[in-house]
Amino acid sequence: MVVTNIPENAPAHCPGPDTEQAGKASACAGCPNQNICATTPKGPDPAIPLINERLHQVKHKLLILSGKGGVGKSTFTSQLAFAFASDENTQVGVVDIDVCGPSIPKIMGLEGEQIHQSMSGWSPVYVQDNLGVMSIGFMLPDPDDAVIWRGPKKNGLIKQFLKDVDWGELDFLLVDTPPGTSDEHLSITQYLKESGIDGAILITTPQEVSIQDVRKEIDFCRKVKIPIIGVSNLYNEGESHTIVTI
Amino acid sequence: MAEETITNLANIKHIILVLSGKGGVGKSSITTQLALCLVNSGNKVGVLDIDLTGPSIPRMLGVDEKQVHQASTGWVPVYLDENQQLCCMSIGFLLQNKNDSVIWRGPKKTAMIRQFLTDVCWGELDYLIIDTPPGTSDEHISIAESLKDVKPDGAVIVTTPQAVALADVRKELNFCKKVKLPILGVIENMSGFVCPHCEECTNLFSTGGGEAMAREFEVDFLGRVPIDPSFTLMLEPSSTPESNDFKNTLLAKYPKSNLFQVFSRITDNVVAKPNQMEWRLLHQALVYQAKEGQEKLLNEVKASENATDIDDDVEIDID
Repeated sequence: MVVTNIPENAPAHCPGPDTEQAGKASACAGCPNQNICATTPKGPDPAIPLINERLHQVKHKLLILSGKGGVGKSTFTSQLAFAFASDENTQVGVVDIDVCGPSIPKIMGLEGEQIHQSMSGWSPVYVQDNLGVMSIGFMLPDPDDAVIWRGPKKNGLIKQFLKDVDWGELDFLLVDTPPGTSDEHLSITQYLKESGIDGAILITTPQEVSIQDVRKEIDFCRKVKIPIIGVSNLYNEGESHTIVTI
Repeated sequence: MAEETITNLANIKHIILVLSGKGGVGKSSITTQLALCLVNSGNKVGVLDIDLTGPSIPRMLGVDEKQVHQASTGWVPVYLDENQQLCCMSIGFLLQNKNDSVIWRGPKKTAMIRQFLTDVCWGELDYLIIDTPPGTSDEHISIAESLKDVKPDGAVIVTTPQAVALADVRKELNFCKKVKLPILGVIENMSGFVCPHCEECTNLFSTGGGEAMAREFEVDFLGRVPIDPSFTLMLEPSSTPESNDFKNTLLAKYPKSNLFQVFSRITDNVVAKPNQMEWRLLHQALVYQAKEGQEKLLNEVKASENATDIDDDVEIDID
């Protein structure tokens, strides 16, 4: 899969920054980005086939998104997970990719739990037999420790959550995200692109300030082509009618 | 690059960051209220919004239709009033459509923040308040790094009283310690809701959590801000036809609201801190000077002793 998106201000005959010739073609001589193009790894991410293999037993993957913080993404995720898991035959997984502010351990009552490693990978923390949870909160030596990471390091961890966690067979994998439209969001959509995302659930509260940020998130979903399952309005009556459509 | 930063921020007396690990606890509304209170006490205030993927400041200040202009000295921030007492800068002003999402990874965000610091001509300001996104990631590392040379006064940490928020805010306090950003104090937002009918206070999200955390981390507790729906109403666009001069009325309306009373006290606490800090620095400098002087004297005495020794030696040699 070679994507050639040639930048507008590129020199004539630019082979495209994603191609094999990037940075090496004769047209690249003198281009200010020659060095960057020549050194970045080419081709699809080698982790993606591994992620696909790991997640091919997952039937549905849902993202819980919101442009705004504190609107209840984690609350919603946990409630939805418990609701799915109330049926004993449904296997549910929750992965919390909010690296800098993980709330899932606290909300699901799993503080102080630890992740165990086995031959088949990291095993998630189980709330009940059919509900497994994964979050960076389980990996910090002290719950108050700040995770001061820039983008690439966060992406690395998200990749590991998808690639190295032994999810087993799942009916639903719910992904709780941080607010915004940045590294975490781009990475998760990129990593899950091939194995397929069923859709996103957007959370908002009724104020204009919050809705404004959620509009941005809708725009994001359209740009990265994730279907929107529904918008849930927390702190308001008439919630949880969004799920039926799957 | 670093020198550039200093030239554009050189005429700003105080720089305050508003931080929180948790989203939606009211960083932007605290920033707005802090700015309004400071303007009300006669200061010139600038607000910089570095939440790039979810800027709320333009909406809060009611200037989301405005655009940033380019001048020879750099980007001109958006002014809210004719006297130019309050101005703000946000990525929201740079978007063609306000519903456009900014889908950027770290390096691009870092560059944008750099540009906000170097290219905006703030002019002379008493206070620059910086509103941040939730978390402890790219934006925070970048702003802390960029402001290292400018020496900001410190950070105001915003939290809500419930445990889930506190857990994330503790991380933010540890972040401040790690990057050596002074903490001015903690504000507990959404602390109770006073019923407009019976005036009974309901603690929707419990209360006192922020104060306990401040004590635990040995930082100052600046105060509690209750939930006030009238403030939210003030920020929502008014449906009346005179909504055009709405921007002027926020500055005029806010001092009349109940929150203003509460918040001016908090502002006083915030403002007092940098002065205290200045005193502390001055004191440290004086102590240091005194020590240096003492050492100098001691050295001189030693030197003179040595000198006499040498003299003695010399004399002995002569003998």
